Amino acid sequence: MQFGIFSVGDVTPDPTDARTPSERERIKAMVAIALKAEEVGLDVFATGEHHNPPFVPSSPTTMLGYIAARTERLLLSTATTLITTNDPVKIAEDYAMLQHLADGRVDLMMGRGNTGPVYPWFGQDIRQGINLAKENYALLRRLWREDVVSWEGKFRTPLQGFTSTPRPLDGVPPFVWHGSIRSPEIAEQAAFYGDGFFHNNIFWPADHTRQMVRLYRRRYAFHGHGRPEEAIVGLGGQVFMRKNSQEAVREFRPYFDNAPVYGHGPSLEEFTEQTPLTVGSPQQVIERTLSFRETVGDYQRQLFLMDHAGLPLKTVLEQIDILGEEVVPVLRKEFAIGRPADVPDAPTHESLRAVREVSAA
Amino acid sequence: MKLVAVSAGLSTPSATRLLADRLAESAGGELAAGGQDVETEVIEVRELAVAVANNLVTGFPPPPLAAALDAVTGAHGLIAVTPVFTASYSGLFKSFFDLIDPDALTGKPVLVAATGGTARHSLVLEHALRPLFAYLRATVVPTAVYAASEDWGSGGDEYTEGLPARIRRAGAELAALMATRAVEREPAEDDITVLERRLSDLRFD
Repeated sequence: MQFGIFSVGDVTPDPTDARTPSERERIKAMVAIALKAEEVGLDVFATGEHHNPPFVPSSPTTMLGYIAARTERLLLSTATTLITTNDPVKIAEDYAMLQHLADGRVDLMMGRGNTGPVYPWFGQDIRQGINLAKENYALLRRLWREDVVSWEGKFRTPLQGFTSTPRPLDGVPPFVWHGSIRSPEIAEQAAFYGDGFFHNNIFWPADHTRQMVRLYRRRYAFHGHGRPEEAIVGLGGQVFMRKNSQEAVREFRPYFDNAPVYGHGPSLEEFTEQTPLTVGSPQQVIERTLSFRETVGDYQRQLFLMDHAGLPLKTVLEQIDILGEEVVPVLRKEFAIGRPADVPDAPTHESLRAVREVSAA
Repeated sequence: MKLVAVSAGLSTPSATRLLADRLAESAGGELAAGGQDVETEVIEVRELAVAVANNLVTGFPPPPLAAALDAVTGAHGLIAVTPVFTASYSGLFKSFFDLIDPDALTGKPVLVAATGGTARHSLVLEHALRPLFAYLRATVVPTAVYAASEDWGSGGDEYTEGLPARIRRAGAELAALMATRAVEREPAEDDITVLERRLSDLRFD
Protein backbone atom coordinates (compact mmCIF):
# COMPACT_ATOMS: atom_id res chain seq x y z
CA MET A 1 0.00 0.00 0.00
CA GLN A 2 1.18 3.52 -0.78
CA PHE A 3 1.23 6.35 1.74
CA GLY A 4 1.84 9.97 0.99
CA ILE A 5 1.04 13.62 1.27
CA PHE A 6 -1.25 15.79 -0.78
CA SER A 7 -1.19 19.54 -0.67
CA VAL A 8 -3.80 22.03 -1.77
CA GLY A 9 -1.25 24.83 -1.86
CA ASP A 10 -3.32 27.50 -0.14
CA VAL A 11 -1.75 30.63 1.28
CA THR A 12 -3.51 30.96 4.62
CA PRO A 13 -2.58 33.33 7.44
CA ASP A 14 -1.39 31.66 10.63
CA PRO A 15 -4.20 32.61 13.03
CA THR A 16 -1.91 32.48 16.07
CA ASP A 17 0.34 35.30 14.88
CA ALA A 18 -1.59 36.67 11.88
CA ARG A 19 1.44 36.09 9.68
CA THR A 20 0.80 35.25 6.02
CA PRO A 21 3.55 33.51 4.09
CA SER A 22 4.59 35.04 0.78
CA GLU A 23 3.90 33.08 -2.38
CA ARG A 24 7.58 32.29 -2.62
CA GLU A 25 7.63 30.97 0.94
CA ARG A 26 4.56 28.84 0.32
CA ILE A 27 5.91 27.38 -2.92
CA LYS A 28 9.24 26.57 -1.26
CA ALA A 29 7.33 25.12 1.69
CA MET A 30 5.51 22.71 -0.61
CA VAL A 31 8.88 21.57 -1.98
CA ALA A 32 10.26 21.17 1.55
CA ILE A 33 7.20 19.08 2.44
CA ALA A 34 7.78 16.82 -0.56
CA LEU A 35 11.45 16.36 0.30
CA LYS A 36 10.50 15.59 3.89
CA ALA A 37 8.00 13.00 2.65
CA GLU A 38 10.78 11.15 0.87
CA GLU A 39 13.14 11.55 3.83
CA VAL A 40 10.74 9.88 6.26
CA GLY A 41 9.93 7.01 3.92
CA LEU A 42 6.58 8.03 2.45
CA ASP A 43 5.77 6.97 -1.11
CA VAL A 44 3.82 9.78 -2.77
CA PHE A 45 3.65 13.57 -2.98
CA ALA A 46 0.71 15.10 -4.84
CA THR A 47 0.14 18.77 -5.53
CA GLY A 48 -3.13 20.52 -6.24
CA GLU A 49 -3.69 22.71 -9.28
CA HIS A 50 -5.39 26.07 -8.88
CA HIS A 51 -5.73 29.20 -10.93
CA ASN A 52 -6.94 31.70 -8.37
CA PRO A 53 -5.68 33.24 -5.14
CA PRO A 54 -5.06 32.29 -2.36
CA PHE A 55 -3.56 29.21 -4.03
CA VAL A 56 -0.04 29.02 -5.50
CA PRO A 57 0.30 25.79 -7.52
CA SER A 58 -0.87 26.82 -11.00
CA SER A 59 1.97 24.98 -12.72
CA PRO A 60 2.20 21.46 -11.27
CA THR A 61 4.76 19.98 -13.64
CA THR A 62 7.17 22.85 -12.98
CA MET A 63 7.00 22.08 -9.29
CA LEU A 64 7.02 18.30 -9.69
CA GLY A 65 9.94 18.46 -12.12
CA TYR A 66 11.94 20.41 -9.57
CA ILE A 67 11.02 17.93 -6.84
CA ALA A 68 11.89 15.05 -9.16
CA ALA A 69 15.42 16.41 -9.49
CA ARG A 70 15.85 16.50 -5.73
CA THR A 71 14.36 13.10 -4.86
CA GLU A 72 15.05 9.51 -5.79
CA ARG A 73 12.15 7.32 -4.75
CA LEU A 74 9.18 9.60 -4.27
CA LEU A 75 6.25 9.11 -6.63
CA LEU A 76 5.03 12.45 -7.96
CA SER A 77 1.35 12.99 -8.48
CA THR A 78 -1.41 15.58 -8.60
CA ALA A 79 -4.53 16.23 -6.57
CA THR A 80 -5.98 17.12 -8.94
CA THR A 81 -5.11 17.90 -12.57
CA LEU A 82 -7.90 19.92 -14.13
CA ILE A 83 -9.07 17.75 -17.00
CA THR A 84 -11.82 20.26 -17.79
CA THR A 85 -9.99 23.54 -18.28
CA ASN A 86 -6.53 22.31 -19.32
CA ASP A 87 -5.97 21.44 -22.94
CA PRO A 88 -5.60 17.63 -23.01
CA VAL A 89 -2.82 18.04 -25.56
CA LYS A 90 -0.81 20.09 -23.08
CA ILE A 91 -1.49 17.58 -20.27
CA ALA A 92 -0.27 14.77 -22.53
CA GLU A 93 2.93 16.65 -23.31
CA ASP A 94 3.66 18.03 -19.84
CA TYR A 95 3.26 14.77 -17.96
CA ALA A 96 5.11 12.67 -20.54
CA MET A 97 7.96 15.17 -20.19
CA LEU A 98 7.79 14.81 -16.43
CA GLN A 99 7.82 11.01 -16.74
CA HIS A 100 11.13 11.14 -18.60
CA LEU A 101 12.71 13.57 -16.15
CA ALA A 102 11.47 11.61 -13.13
CA ASP A 103 12.34 8.19 -14.56
CA GLY A 104 8.73 7.11 -14.46
CA ARG A 105 7.94 8.23 -10.91
CA VAL A 106 4.74 9.93 -12.08
CA ASP A 107 1.04 9.40 -11.96
CA LEU A 108 -1.90 11.83 -12.11
CA MET A 109 -5.26 12.35 -10.57
CA MET A 110 -7.91 13.92 -12.76
CA GLY A 111 -10.43 16.33 -11.30
CA ARG A 112 -12.93 18.80 -12.66
CA GLY A 113 -12.33 21.80 -10.45
CA ASN A 114 -15.28 23.51 -8.84
CA THR A 115 -14.33 27.18 -9.05
CA GLY A 116 -16.87 28.70 -11.45
CA PRO A 117 -14.83 31.57 -12.93
CA VAL A 118 -11.83 29.35 -13.74
CA TYR A 119 -13.84 27.79 -16.55
CA PRO A 120 -14.49 31.01 -18.49
CA TRP A 121 -10.97 32.23 -17.74
CA PHE A 122 -9.79 29.19 -19.68
CA GLY A 123 -12.45 29.53 -22.36
CA GLN A 124 -14.81 26.87 -21.01
CA ASP A 125 -18.25 26.60 -19.44
CA ILE A 126 -18.73 24.97 -16.03
CA ARG A 127 -22.10 23.60 -17.09
CA GLN A 128 -20.18 21.39 -19.51
CA GLY A 129 -17.91 20.13 -16.67
CA ILE A 130 -18.75 16.44 -16.95
CA ASN A 131 -18.75 16.51 -20.76
CA LEU A 132 -15.38 18.27 -20.78
CA ALA A 133 -13.99 15.65 -18.40
CA LYS A 134 -15.25 12.87 -20.68
CA GLU A 135 -14.09 14.27 -24.01
CA ASN A 136 -10.76 15.65 -22.81
CA TYR A 137 -9.81 12.47 -21.02
CA ALA A 138 -10.74 10.28 -23.97
CA LEU A 139 -8.45 12.42 -26.14
CA LEU A 140 -5.66 12.39 -23.55
CA ARG A 141 -5.68 8.60 -23.50
CA ARG A 142 -5.37 8.44 -27.26
CA LEU A 143 -2.53 10.97 -27.31
CA TRP A 144 -0.56 8.79 -24.90
CA ARG A 145 -1.38 5.50 -26.62
CA GLU A 146 -1.35 6.31 -30.34
CA ASP A 147 1.69 7.81 -32.03
CA VAL A 148 -0.33 9.71 -34.62
CA VAL A 149 -3.75 11.04 -33.70
CA SER A 150 -6.46 12.48 -35.90
CA TRP A 151 -9.31 13.63 -33.78
CA GLU A 152 -12.40 15.82 -33.77
CA GLY A 153 -14.51 16.79 -30.78
CA LYS A 154 -16.70 19.52 -29.34
CA PHE A 155 -14.36 21.41 -27.06
CA ARG A 156 -11.06 22.04 -28.87
CA THR A 157 -9.84 22.44 -32.41
CA PRO A 158 -9.53 19.19 -34.38
CA LEU A 159 -6.19 17.43 -34.70
CA GLN A 160 -4.96 15.97 -37.97
CA GLY A 161 -1.89 13.77 -37.91
CA PHE A 162 -0.78 15.05 -34.50
CA THR A 163 1.96 13.39 -32.46
CA SER A 164 2.24 14.40 -28.83
CA THR A 165 5.89 14.62 -27.80
CA PRO A 166 7.74 13.33 -25.96
CA ARG A 167 6.11 9.92 -26.20
CA PRO A 168 5.37 8.39 -22.79
CA LEU A 169 8.43 6.81 -21.16
CA ASP A 170 8.90 3.22 -22.39
CA GLY A 171 5.60 3.58 -24.24
CA VAL A 172 3.82 3.37 -20.88
CA PRO A 173 1.35 6.18 -20.11
CA PRO A 174 1.24 7.37 -16.50
CA PHE A 175 -1.33 5.63 -14.34
CA VAL A 176 -4.41 7.80 -13.84
CA TRP A 177 -6.70 8.23 -10.85
CA HIS A 178 -9.98 10.05 -11.02
CA GLY A 179 -10.84 12.17 -8.04
CA SER A 180 -14.40 13.00 -7.18
CA ILE A 181 -16.24 13.84 -4.01
CA ARG A 182 -19.78 13.44 -5.15
CA SER A 183 -20.15 12.93 -8.90
CA PRO A 184 -21.10 9.34 -9.71
CA GLU A 185 -20.25 10.04 -13.35
CA ILE A 186 -16.57 10.33 -12.39
CA ALA A 187 -16.64 7.05 -10.46
CA GLU A 188 -18.15 5.60 -13.63
CA GLN A 189 -15.40 7.11 -15.76
CA ALA A 190 -12.70 5.58 -13.55
CA ALA A 191 -14.49 2.23 -13.65
CA PHE A 192 -15.02 2.34 -17.40
CA TYR A 193 -11.30 2.73 -18.12
CA GLY A 194 -10.12 0.50 -15.28
CA ASP A 195 -8.33 3.51 -13.79
CA GLY A 196 -7.98 4.31 -10.09
CA PHE A 197 -10.62 6.12 -8.09
CA PHE A 198 -9.65 8.57 -5.36
CA HIS A 199 -12.06 9.97 -2.82
CA ASN A 200 -10.64 12.92 -0.95
CA ASN A 201 -12.63 11.76 2.05
CA ILE A 202 -11.77 14.85 4.07
CA PHE A 203 -14.82 17.02 4.35
CA TRP A 204 -17.58 14.44 4.15
CA PRO A 205 -18.98 11.75 6.42
CA ALA A 206 -17.59 8.25 5.95
CA ASP A 207 -20.90 6.88 4.75
CA HIS A 208 -20.75 9.09 1.67
CA THR A 209 -17.23 7.87 0.83
CA ARG A 210 -18.42 4.29 1.31
CA GLN A 211 -21.21 4.72 -1.24
CA MET A 212 -19.00 6.34 -3.88
CA VAL A 213 -16.30 3.68 -3.56
CA ARG A 214 -18.87 0.88 -3.60
CA LEU A 215 -20.33 2.29 -6.79
CA TYR A 216 -16.86 2.50 -8.39
CA ARG A 217 -15.96 -1.06 -7.39
CA ARG A 218 -19.20 -2.48 -8.77
CA ARG A 219 -18.89 -0.60 -12.03
CA TYR A 220 -15.20 -1.61 -12.32
CA ALA A 221 -16.33 -5.24 -12.28
CA PHE A 222 -19.24 -4.47 -14.62
CA HIS A 223 -16.82 -3.11 -17.22
CA GLY A 224 -14.78 -6.31 -17.05
CA HIS A 225 -11.57 -5.14 -15.37
CA GLY A 226 -11.71 -7.66 -12.55
CA ARG A 227 -13.60 -8.30 -9.36
CA PRO A 228 -14.80 -5.35 -7.27
CA GLU A 229 -12.09 -6.09 -4.69
CA GLU A 230 -9.44 -5.67 -7.39
CA ALA A 231 -10.36 -2.10 -8.24
CA ILE A 232 -7.77 0.57 -7.38
CA VAL A 233 -8.92 2.85 -4.58
CA GLY A 234 -7.25 5.85 -2.95
CA LEU A 235 -8.40 7.93 -0.01
CA GLY A 236 -7.49 11.23 1.52
CA GLY A 237 -7.35 12.01 5.17
CA GLN A 238 -6.25 14.83 7.40
CA VAL A 239 -4.65 14.68 10.76
CA PHE A 240 -2.93 16.70 13.42
CA MET A 241 -0.86 14.83 15.97
CA ARG A 242 0.98 15.40 19.20
CA LYS A 243 2.20 12.91 21.80
CA ASN A 244 -1.05 13.12 23.69
CA SER A 245 -4.41 14.07 22.32
CA GLN A 246 -5.12 17.03 24.64
CA GLU A 247 -1.95 18.69 23.45
CA ALA A 248 -2.91 18.08 19.81
CA VAL A 249 -6.40 19.51 20.30
CA ARG A 250 -5.10 22.57 22.17
CA GLU A 251 -2.52 23.37 19.53
CA PHE A 252 -4.73 22.71 16.50
CA ARG A 253 -7.93 24.39 17.72
CA PRO A 254 -7.07 27.99 16.71
CA TYR A 255 -6.09 26.73 13.27
CA PHE A 256 -9.31 24.77 12.92
CA ASP A 257 -11.49 27.59 14.22
CA ASN A 258 -10.11 30.10 11.74
CA ALA A 259 -9.37 27.99 8.68
CA PRO A 260 -11.27 29.13 5.59
CA VAL A 261 -12.38 25.55 4.94
CA TYR A 262 -13.37 24.45 8.43
CA GLY A 263 -13.76 27.51 10.58
CA HIS A 264 -16.80 29.35 11.82
CA GLY A 265 -19.05 26.31 11.44
CA PRO A 266 -19.12 23.12 13.49
CA SER A 267 -16.82 22.75 16.46
CA LEU A 268 -13.55 20.82 16.17
CA GLU A 269 -15.19 18.04 18.18
CA GLU A 270 -18.23 17.85 15.89
CA PHE A 271 -16.07 17.93 12.79
CA THR A 272 -13.73 15.17 13.97
CA GLU A 273 -16.72 13.05 14.91
CA GLN A 274 -18.51 13.52 11.59
CA THR A 275 -15.58 13.49 9.14
CA PRO A 276 -12.23 11.67 8.93
CA LEU A 277 -10.32 14.65 10.42
CA THR A 278 -8.34 13.22 13.33
CA VAL A 279 -6.73 15.44 15.93
CA GLY A 280 -4.96 13.44 18.60
CA SER A 281 -2.14 11.05 19.39
CA PRO A 282 -0.34 8.99 16.73
CA GLN A 283 -2.18 5.96 18.10
CA GLN A 284 -5.54 7.64 17.46
CA VAL A 285 -4.49 8.48 13.92
CA ILE A 286 -3.46 4.86 13.38
CA GLU A 287 -6.79 3.55 14.63
CA ARG A 288 -8.84 6.02 12.60
CA THR A 289 -6.91 5.35 9.41
CA LEU A 290 -7.19 1.59 9.84
CA SER A 291 -10.95 2.03 10.15
CA PHE A 292 -11.06 3.38 6.57
CA ARG A 293 -10.53 -0.19 5.42
CA GLU A 294 -13.85 -1.10 7.02
CA THR A 295 -15.46 1.71 5.05
CA VAL A 296 -14.07 1.04 1.56
CA GLY A 297 -12.40 -2.39 1.68
CA ASP A 298 -8.67 -3.07 1.20
CA TYR A 299 -7.30 -0.15 -0.75
CA GLN A 300 -4.14 0.99 -2.46
CA ARG A 301 -3.26 4.56 -1.60
CA GLN A 302 -3.67 6.75 1.47
CA LEU A 303 -2.77 10.42 1.16
CA PHE A 304 -2.71 12.82 4.09
CA LEU A 305 -3.34 16.53 3.99
CA MET A 306 -0.86 17.99 6.47
CA ASP A 307 -0.15 21.58 5.42
CA HIS A 308 -3.61 23.00 5.98
CA ALA A 309 -5.30 25.76 7.93
CA GLY A 310 -2.27 28.05 7.97
CA LEU A 311 0.00 25.74 9.99
CA PRO A 312 3.59 27.01 9.83
CA LEU A 313 6.10 24.96 7.84
CA LYS A 314 8.04 23.98 10.95
CA THR A 315 4.94 22.38 12.46
CA VAL A 316 4.02 20.65 9.20
CA LEU A 317 7.48 19.12 8.94
CA GLU A 318 7.21 17.88 12.53
CA GLN A 319 3.86 16.35 11.63
CA ILE A 320 5.36 14.53 8.66
CA ASP A 321 8.18 13.27 10.89
CA ILE A 322 5.60 11.77 13.25
CA LEU A 323 3.66 10.38 10.30
CA GLY A 324 6.72 8.74 8.76
CA GLU A 325 8.30 7.50 11.98
CA GLU A 326 5.39 6.50 14.19
CA VAL A 327 2.25 6.15 12.10
CA VAL A 328 2.96 4.80 8.62
CA PRO A 329 5.23 1.90 9.68
CA VAL A 330 2.41 0.62 11.89
CA LEU A 331 -0.16 1.21 9.14
CA ARG A 332 1.94 -0.75 6.63
CA LYS A 333 2.11 -3.66 9.02
CA GLU A 334 -1.54 -3.57 10.07
CA PHE A 335 -2.98 -3.05 6.58
CA ALA A 336 -0.98 -6.06 5.37
CA ILE A 337 -2.63 -8.30 7.97
CA GLY A 338 -5.62 -10.07 6.50
CA ARG A 339 -5.17 -8.44 3.11
CA PRO A 340 -6.21 -11.01 0.50
CA ALA A 341 -3.41 -11.96 -1.87
CA ASP A 342 -5.45 -10.96 -4.93
CA VAL A 343 -5.86 -7.35 -3.85
CA PRO A 344 -3.41 -5.63 -6.19
CA ASP A 345 -1.01 -2.82 -5.37
CA ALA A 346 -1.48 0.52 -7.11
CA PRO A 347 0.08 0.32 -10.58
CA THR A 348 3.49 1.98 -10.98
CA HIS A 349 5.60 2.65 -14.03
CA GLU A 350 7.53 -0.57 -13.41
CA SER A 351 4.44 -2.72 -12.99
CA LEU A 352 2.76 -1.23 -16.06
CA ARG A 353 5.91 -1.68 -18.11
CA ALA A 354 6.10 -5.33 -17.01
CA VAL A 355 2.49 -5.86 -18.08
CA ARG A 356 3.24 -4.24 -21.42
CA GLU A 357 6.28 -6.43 -21.99
CA VAL A 358 4.31 -9.58 -21.18
CA SER A 359 1.50 -8.65 -23.55
CA ALA A 360 3.98 -7.66 -26.30
CA ALA A 361 5.84 -10.99 -25.99
CA MET B 1 -48.18 6.55 4.60
CA LYS B 2 -45.82 9.24 5.82
CA LEU B 3 -46.89 12.84 6.32
CA VAL B 4 -44.20 15.34 7.32
CA ALA B 5 -44.78 18.91 8.48
CA VAL B 6 -41.91 21.40 8.57
CA SER B 7 -42.48 24.22 11.00
CA ALA B 8 -40.08 27.17 10.98
CA GLY B 9 -41.49 29.08 13.94
CA LEU B 10 -38.94 30.48 16.34
CA SER B 11 -40.77 30.88 19.64
CA THR B 12 -42.00 28.05 21.86
CA PRO B 13 -44.87 27.59 21.62
CA SER B 14 -45.27 29.20 18.24
CA ALA B 15 -48.28 30.05 16.12
CA THR B 16 -46.44 28.52 13.18
CA ARG B 17 -46.19 25.18 14.99
CA LEU B 18 -49.83 25.49 16.00
CA LEU B 19 -50.82 25.92 12.35
CA ALA B 20 -48.56 23.05 11.26
CA ASP B 21 -50.21 20.76 13.81
CA ARG B 22 -53.72 21.77 12.75
CA LEU B 23 -52.91 21.17 9.08
CA ALA B 24 -51.27 17.81 9.80
CA GLU B 25 -54.27 16.80 11.85
CA SER B 26 -56.61 17.82 9.03
CA ALA B 27 -54.74 16.00 6.25
CA GLY B 28 -54.00 13.00 8.49
CA GLY B 29 -57.66 12.79 9.52
CA GLU B 30 -58.81 12.81 5.91
CA LEU B 31 -56.37 10.05 4.99
CA ALA B 32 -57.35 7.96 8.01
CA ALA B 33 -61.01 8.41 7.10
CA GLY B 34 -60.13 7.05 3.67
CA GLY B 35 -58.68 3.94 5.27
CA GLN B 36 -55.03 4.97 5.05
CA ASP B 37 -52.51 4.23 7.76
CA VAL B 38 -50.87 7.60 8.43
CA GLU B 39 -47.69 8.35 10.31
CA THR B 40 -47.14 12.05 11.00
CA GLU B 41 -43.83 13.71 11.87
CA VAL B 42 -43.35 17.38 12.65
CA ILE B 43 -39.90 18.87 12.11
CA GLU B 44 -39.09 21.97 14.15
CA VAL B 45 -36.44 23.77 12.13
CA ARG B 46 -35.58 25.85 15.20
CA GLU B 47 -34.05 22.76 16.81
CA LEU B 48 -31.87 22.32 13.72
CA ALA B 49 -30.84 25.98 13.35
CA VAL B 50 -27.15 25.44 14.15
CA ALA B 51 -27.05 22.23 12.11
CA VAL B 52 -28.53 24.09 9.14
CA ALA B 53 -25.85 26.79 9.41
CA ASN B 54 -23.14 24.14 9.75
CA ASN B 55 -24.37 22.35 6.66
CA LEU B 56 -24.24 25.61 4.73
CA VAL B 57 -20.56 26.07 5.56
CA THR B 58 -19.37 22.44 5.45
CA GLY B 59 -21.54 21.05 2.66
CA PHE B 60 -22.85 18.05 4.61
CA PRO B 61 -25.59 17.66 7.22
CA PRO B 62 -24.87 16.65 10.82
CA PRO B 63 -26.79 13.46 11.74
CA PRO B 64 -30.02 15.00 13.18
CA LEU B 65 -30.36 17.29 10.17
CA ALA B 66 -29.65 14.42 7.78
CA ALA B 67 -32.52 12.52 9.42
CA ALA B 68 -34.84 15.53 8.98
CA LEU B 69 -33.86 15.97 5.32
CA ASP B 70 -34.44 12.25 4.71
CA ALA B 71 -37.84 12.50 6.37
CA VAL B 72 -38.83 15.39 4.11
CA THR B 73 -37.62 13.80 0.89
CA GLY B 74 -39.05 10.40 1.84
CA ALA B 75 -42.51 11.67 2.85
CA HIS B 76 -45.61 10.96 0.81
CA GLY B 77 -46.84 14.45 1.56
CA LEU B 78 -45.28 17.60 2.97
CA ILE B 79 -46.68 20.55 4.90
CA ALA B 80 -44.38 23.57 4.94
CA VAL B 81 -45.15 26.39 7.38
CA THR B 82 -43.14 29.55 7.94
CA PRO B 83 -43.62 32.78 9.82
CA VAL B 84 -43.54 35.86 7.59
CA PHE B 85 -40.32 37.79 8.12
CA THR B 86 -39.54 40.97 6.19
CA ALA B 87 -42.10 40.35 3.48
CA SER B 88 -41.18 36.71 2.83
CA TYR B 89 -40.49 33.30 4.36
CA SER B 90 -38.00 33.34 7.22
CA GLY B 91 -34.31 32.96 6.42
CA LEU B 92 -34.13 29.78 8.45
CA PHE B 93 -37.02 28.26 6.50
CA LYS B 94 -35.32 29.09 3.20
CA SER B 95 -31.95 27.82 4.42
CA PHE B 96 -33.53 24.49 5.36
CA PHE B 97 -35.03 24.07 1.92
CA ASP B 98 -31.78 25.25 0.31
CA LEU B 99 -30.25 22.02 1.64
CA ILE B 100 -32.69 19.80 -0.20
CA ASP B 101 -31.52 18.36 -3.48
CA PRO B 102 -33.34 20.25 -6.26
CA ASP B 103 -34.70 16.99 -7.69
CA ALA B 104 -35.73 15.43 -4.39
CA LEU B 105 -39.23 16.93 -4.15
CA THR B 106 -40.25 16.43 -7.77
CA GLY B 107 -43.94 15.59 -7.88
CA LYS B 108 -44.33 15.55 -4.11
CA PRO B 109 -47.69 16.79 -2.79
CA VAL B 110 -47.01 19.94 -0.76
CA LEU B 111 -49.25 22.19 1.28
CA VAL B 112 -47.82 25.65 1.99
CA ALA B 113 -48.83 27.81 4.92
CA ALA B 114 -47.64 30.89 6.77
CA THR B 115 -48.33 32.90 9.90
CA GLY B 116 -48.04 36.60 10.56
CA GLY B 117 -49.17 39.47 12.70
CA THR B 118 -51.59 40.87 10.15
CA ALA B 119 -53.48 39.54 7.17
CA ARG B 120 -51.75 42.11 4.94
CA HIS B 121 -48.88 39.66 4.35
CA SER B 122 -51.02 36.76 3.18
CA LEU B 123 -49.84 36.99 -0.44
CA VAL B 124 -46.40 35.86 0.75
CA LEU B 125 -47.84 32.40 0.15
CA GLU B 126 -48.35 33.20 -3.51
CA HIS B 127 -45.31 35.32 -4.30
CA ALA B 128 -42.72 33.49 -2.19
CA LEU B 129 -43.72 29.99 -1.08
CA ARG B 130 -45.52 28.77 -4.16
CA PRO B 131 -42.69 29.78 -6.56
CA LEU B 132 -40.12 28.15 -4.25
CA PHE B 133 -41.91 24.80 -4.47
CA ALA B 134 -42.66 25.31 -8.14
CA TYR B 135 -38.91 25.56 -8.70
CA LEU B 136 -38.51 22.28 -6.79
CA ARG B 137 -41.19 20.79 -9.09
CA ALA B 138 -43.37 19.83 -6.18
CA THR B 139 -47.12 19.66 -6.68
CA VAL B 140 -48.53 22.41 -4.47
CA VAL B 141 -52.20 22.09 -3.53
CA PRO B 142 -54.44 24.99 -4.60
CA THR B 143 -55.36 26.15 -1.10
CA ALA B 144 -52.52 27.79 0.79
CA VAL B 145 -53.29 28.68 4.40
CA TYR B 146 -52.38 31.97 6.00
CA ALA B 147 -53.08 32.55 9.67
CA ALA B 148 -52.88 36.10 11.03
CA SER B 149 -53.01 36.58 14.78
CA GLU B 150 -56.65 37.67 14.57
CA ASP B 151 -57.62 34.45 12.74
CA TRP B 152 -57.04 32.41 15.87
CA GLY B 153 -59.94 34.24 17.53
CA SER B 154 -62.48 34.77 14.79
CA GLY B 155 -64.68 32.85 12.42
CA GLY B 156 -65.37 33.63 8.80
CA ASP B 157 -67.45 36.47 7.48
CA GLU B 158 -69.77 36.83 4.53
CA TYR B 159 -66.84 37.11 2.10
CA THR B 160 -64.34 34.50 3.33
CA GLU B 161 -64.25 31.28 5.25
CA GLY B 162 -62.65 31.23 8.68
CA LEU B 163 -59.30 29.60 9.47
CA PRO B 164 -60.78 26.20 10.45
CA ALA B 165 -62.56 25.90 7.12
CA ARG B 166 -59.41 26.81 5.20
CA ILE B 167 -57.41 24.28 7.19
CA ARG B 168 -60.04 21.62 6.44
CA ARG B 169 -60.10 22.40 2.74
CA ALA B 170 -56.29 22.50 2.39
CA GLY B 171 -55.92 19.28 4.40
CA ALA B 172 -58.46 17.53 2.19
CA GLU B 173 -56.69 18.67 -0.96
CA LEU B 174 -53.35 17.38 0.32
CA ALA B 175 -54.86 14.09 1.46
CA ALA B 176 -56.53 13.53 -1.91
CA LEU B 177 -53.28 14.16 -3.77
CA MET B 178 -51.30 11.92 -1.42
CA ALA B 179 -53.78 9.09 -1.81
CA THR B 180 -53.48 9.13 -5.61
CA ARG B 181 -49.69 9.47 -5.59
CA ALA B 182 -48.99 6.82 -2.97
CA VAL B 183 -49.72 3.94 -5.33
CA GLU B 184 -46.79 4.72 -7.64
CA ARG B 185 -43.94 4.57 -5.12
CA GLU B 186 -41.75 2.10 -3.24
CA PRO B 187 -38.37 1.66 -4.94
CA ALA B 188 -37.11 -1.77 -3.92
CA GLU B 189 -33.53 -1.03 -5.01
CA ASP B 190 -30.84 0.68 -2.97
CA ASP B 191 -29.34 4.00 -4.05
CA ILE B 192 -26.31 2.37 -5.61
CA THR B 193 -28.40 0.10 -7.81
CA VAL B 194 -30.50 3.02 -9.01
CA LEU B 195 -27.33 4.98 -9.76
CA GLU B 196 -25.79 2.04 -11.56
CA ARG B 197 -28.76 1.80 -13.84
CA ARG B 198 -28.53 5.48 -14.70
CA LEU B 199 -24.78 5.23 -15.26
CA SER B 200 -25.20 2.45 -17.80
CA ASP B 201 -26.57 5.13 -20.09
CA LEU B 202 -23.35 7.14 -19.97
CA ARG B 203 -20.83 6.43 -22.64
CA PHE B 204 -17.18 7.22 -22.09
CA ASP B 205 -15.67 5.72 -25.21
